[in-house]
Amino acid sequence: MFEVLISLLPSVLLEGLILGFVYAMIALGYTMVYGVLELINFAHSEIFMSGAVAGAETFILLKGTIANPYLLLLVAIIIGGAVAAFVSVSVERLAYRPLRKRGTTNRLVPLITAIGASFFLQDLVRLIEGLWNNAFYRRYPTFDAFERTYNLPVWLGDIVIILSLFTFFFAIVYLIYWVGVRLARAKQKRPTRNTLYALSGLSILFTVLFSLKYREVLTTDMGLSIQMKSLLVIVVSLAMLFGLNWLVNKTKLGVAIRAVAQDAQTASLMGINPDVIISRTFLIGGFLGGVAGVLFGLLYTLVHPYVGFIPGIKAFTAAVLGGIGNITGAAVGGLVLGMLEMLGGTYLTFLTNGAMGTEYKDILAFVILILILLFRPQGILGQQVGEKV
Amino acid sequence: MRKSILPALLVAFGALAFAQSNVIKIATVSPLSGEQAALGEMIKLGAQLAVEEAQPEFEKLGFRLELAPQDDQANPDVGVAVARRLVTDPDVLAVVGHLNTGVAIPSSEVYKDYQLPMVSPANTGPAVTDRCYLNIDRLVGRDDVQGPAGAEFAVKTLGAKRIFVVHDKTTYGQGVAEQFKIKAEELGAKVVAFVGTEEKSNFQALILQMKASRPDFVYFGGIYNQGAVLLKQMRERGIKATFMGPDGLDSSKFVEIAGDAAKGAYYTTVAGPIDQYPKAKAMAEKFKQRFGKVPESFAIYGYDSANVVIAALKSFIEQAKRKPTRAELSMLIRQTQISGVTGDVAFDYKGDRKTADYFVVHLAEAKYPGEVAKVISFPAPASVCKSIR
Repeated sequence: MFEVLISLLPSVLLEGLILGFVYAMIALGYTMVYGVLELINFAHSEIFMSGAVAGAETFILLKGTIANPYLLLLVAIIIGGAVAAFVSVSVERLAYRPLRKRGTTNRLVPLITAIGASFFLQDLVRLIEGLWNNAFYRRYPTFDAFERTYNLPVWLGDIVIILSLFTFFFAIVYLIYWVGVRLARAKQKRPTRNTLYALSGLSILFTVLFSLKYREVLTTDMGLSIQMKSLLVIVVSLAMLFGLNWLVNKTKLGVAIRAVAQDAQTASLMGINPDVIISRTFLIGGFLGGVAGVLFGLLYTLVHPYVGFIPGIKAFTAAVLGGIGNITGAAVGGLVLGMLEMLGGTYLTFLTNGAMGTEYKDILAFVILILILLFRPQGILGQQVGEKV
Repeated sequence: MRKSILPALLVAFGALAFAQSNVIKIATVSPLSGEQAALGEMIKLGAQLAVEEAQPEFEKLGFRLELAPQDDQANPDVGVAVARRLVTDPDVLAVVGHLNTGVAIPSSEVYKDYQLPMVSPANTGPAVTDRCYLNIDRLVGRDDVQGPAGAEFAVKTLGAKRIFVVHDKTTYGQGVAEQFKIKAEELGAKVVAFVGTEEKSNFQALILQMKASRPDFVYFGGIYNQGAVLLKQMRERGIKATFMGPDGLDSSKFVEIAGDAAKGAYYTTVAGPIDQYPKAKAMAEKFKQRFGKVPESFAIYGYDSANVVIAALKSFIEQAKRKPTRAELSMLIRQTQISGVTGDVAFDYKGDRKTADYFVVHLAEAKYPGEVAKVISFPAPASVCKSIR
């Protein structure tokens, strides 16, 4: 039993990582729009879906024309992203902007509009696909180049196990310390650097002892492997994350976006047109959502007009978990949620002896989410911001 | 003024309702939108063909026969809402439907209160007829035979020893999976896991569990949209266990989605591939000519279900020269025997077809439909009538 739990761990963490990056890609769109408008754009899951469906159509139409799968993927990403960006900008132009112009102060009104736009887009895509193809399940074609599996070296699995063990022991040691400090009513509540070193040293000691004792078990190799398409997801989402960070922090447009986010009225006094900037934000967020949709389809094969709902909700959760409005936070939140989900989904069955199956994976993930938000309501990387004046 | 119009209108509508119109409507209720529309549409088209063929004859008898296709979205709430709407239309004399057992059961409670006959072309859940309602009949086999038939084939013919059972947590999927499990264990195989999941795109957690429990056979109780994706991801991650499922997998979409992974999969079905029905050849050609599609899965059962209703209607009208009431039609359908394209149709005391066929289909190539590996004709079990409420 224990052997199974440990030997599965590297694969679980790897799958969690891939799922986490998928969530992170979608979460970027939520967090961007929230950062600027403080609006939870629930239509983002449908923007993501429209990118996924457009990507599928591109793949199906151009499969015979473009032989190189990577070039084809690039074209699909661009078209999927462009369609999603168009949908995103249209939603902003047709649904959110008129509300802003009327000076609606009630936050619920744009929120309900977002939910309405979401339903509208679902059925619009269903209608279009139905008229066009007489079916609205679209399947991404499979390419050998993307399906190829690469075996990862055994030592990588061992490192993952060692690192996880260390994290596990450190968490326990830190928890004991935290409780101890509070029970002793000490004045110094935050651990000093030396205390941290001591705690780490203790955890390393535990890890080494544990590894030596269970050496045989730990090196059981379940075969760690990754598919090309999963690698692509990781690479592209990292590129998206860094690209977006660069765009927001280093370019003129980024400065303008941040200015509008801080105070749209003052920004407009400085010669920035908030409407244009908000539109650009939706354009970028939509494009990223579309790219995420194409990669999602490549990874999980099947897309349809309702495919956005669950990943959308999860990605929104990830954005909140990481600190909504914070770009890096969205990625961190996505990774944490993906890992938790995969850990819960795999291990709950073994830990409860079959009483709680994979179907309860979300419960574990969301219980931990609630715990994290109880202690850090602003999210993992979020900052406590005062009410805007 | 407005107040005085309303009662007058009511009286007018009441008068309309009691007047003998010469329109007879046969309703089909199946998912026409949403994820299972591919299966639901076949029921509708099959019934439509039967109705269109019978229209000239009813014209001669002085009645207009119409089809009233309804969409239940594979959702119990929508199904019940549709049922409530149907019972208020006095011209609707019979229902052909539903696709999903979970939808059929609550909806049929509504039909029962109005004695509206329902002939089911696709519901395999035992509870549909085990309630012994006079107005509910079905043409297909039952899950408590389909599950065991699959288990017998899996254990005896394929020699399965360690079986991993997955289901989709619906009445249908879980029901058939439970029946499979009971029989497989009885025959001496070990069921290593029995898990339900509502996941649609990412099955990695489940697959990691499979890696740990090393099954040689995987049974999936559910519908193709989940099953095909699960199978594809299993093969991607190197799980080689034989895959089998119930008739929910019986769709060309299953092969389309799973791609090469579908090769070697099995499914049991109550509606075999069209070439298994010698009498269906002419009907298949007509169907293709009329709708431009090949009849799949439940199309021929939809056709025969509508024909049972039409035969009962015709015999009543020829004798009594008037439209039957719903209760009269219900009684008559139970006694009707026709020689349909799916074989001879006759119902037993609870409304089950006296002898139904069960097929084990093998997808030797990744091509739909597969080859029938075994056909089992099985009389409906004589279960005791019971209320499930």
